[in-house]
Amino acid sequence: MEDIKAAVSAGKTLEVNNLSVHLDTTRVLKDLSFSVVKGSAVAIIGPNGAGKTVLLKTLIGSLPFAGTVRWAPGVRIGYVPQKLDLERDIPITGIDFLNARAAVARKPAADISTARALVGISPEVALRSIGAMSGGQFQRLLIAFALVADPNVLLLDEPTAGVDEPGQEQLNQLVQRLQKNQNLTVLFISHDLSVVYQYADNVLCLSSEHAWFGPPSTILTPELLRQIYGGEVSFHVHDH
Amino acid sequence: MTTESLLLSVAMAIAAGLVGSFAVMRRMSLAADPLSHVALPGIGIALALHIHPVFGAVVALVFGALLVWAVEERGGATTESVIGVVFSAALAIGSIMTTGEDLIEALFGGAGALSSSEKIFGLLVASAIILFIIAFRNSLIIMMVSPDIARTAGINVKRFDLLYLESFALTIALGLRYLGVLLMGALIIIPAATGKRLAHDLKSMLWISVVLSVMSATLGSVISMHLHREAGPIIVLVATALFLLSLLPRRAWKRA
Repeated sequence: MEDIKAAVSAGKTLEVNNLSVHLDTTRVLKDLSFSVVKGSAVAIIGPNGAGKTVLLKTLIGSLPFAGTVRWAPGVRIGYVPQKLDLERDIPITGIDFLNARAAVARKPAADISTARALVGISPEVALRSIGAMSGGQFQRLLIAFALVADPNVLLLDEPTAGVDEPGQEQLNQLVQRLQKNQNLTVLFISHDLSVVYQYADNVLCLSSEHAWFGPPSTILTPELLRQIYGGEVSFHVHDH
Repeated sequence: MTTESLLLSVAMAIAAGLVGSFAVMRRMSLAADPLSHVALPGIGIALALHIHPVFGAVVALVFGALLVWAVEERGGATTESVIGVVFSAALAIGSIMTTGEDLIEALFGGAGALSSSEKIFGLLVASAIILFIIAFRNSLIIMMVSPDIARTAGINVKRFDLLYLESFALTIALGLRYLGVLLMGALIIIPAATGKRLAHDLKSMLWISVVLSVMSATLGSVISMHLHREAGPIIVLVATALFLLSLLPRRAWKRA
């Protein structure tokens, strides 16, 4: 395993070379190579079990791997996981959770309100137990948690899963706005190909055997999608 | 009970309330008992070597916590089986090595004057545990919600896991003279379980657990003196009574 913060090429935030990950004896990722330009948005797509979540967990250093993962110096990663197993009656409120992040990052309390307002969590909701929040509320809280520490990279594992339709649109726009305004580099896992088409500069498509990387127009072709997902996959492209 | 002994039992109870709060939130309530059992062979070895039993217990507990940590690091479903097997075996071995009065005292806690080295050691350890939990509560919360998020927040998850488990083990060591190997786990878990039922946020959780733990320890000691019984079982019964009381308001609330 190489140093995770070794030098990267100019203008790149992340370089991954020949990355292989095994969980127990099962190979999940094999010889994966790609790089991410600073300030760009990369969508990670692929069928269930292709290793999307495993890739994000490897990138944050939670899983052992072979190959190299190089982050540019000075990256501050905000990670938003997919789903957390919390007890409903856990006596930790949204505010407790955001306070904890601010305290660890030595950020002023004002940053908490800013992050909370940015993701659209009301003060009343923030006072609820994190175990009693709805899926969408908790998802927003996790994004706020990441934002408190002023990240320059966001890793989002299906950020809109469990969020209602208008909420999904809001969250997608929020992430896009943050990305543009604060020049964030964003890697996000999504199953919604229209969202991928709309927001991603590049797409990393994983399947059990291969990986493809490139702009949406070259990756999201009917042929490739059929090959990966099997059967007919259609998606609607929003015109803007 | 001397003032120093009272002070030490209050410090022990504060540490138990704080450590217990995170134990119940981390869902390791059931690990408390087996881990405390590992103290017994330590006490047995210490008695055989004619050194102070508390120090034997401390060494065994520190080692036991290290073992739990190492097994947890490897992950998988084996953790529970390993804890179940190893620590039950420890209890068996300890029971063979320790006999008669010594065994009863080790299991349920016993009277007997505390030596001054024990008091100093106890107060130092209790203060260290209390300071650790209070100072690093934010990191501990983030780790509890998600170790992955904690890593991206720059928290050394492995190190804090070990430090927390060692705090847990040392809290058990602190309570051995009062509650013994079999019951100390209960003083860590029960007040915190009550706190979890009643609290709505972290601050109230920690306060309620600490206050109830101190109440159980002091009230239990006073009652036991009047009844001329060992303190340990009475302390645990007081803690249990407080837990049962905490069940009442919600039921009454629902009926209304």
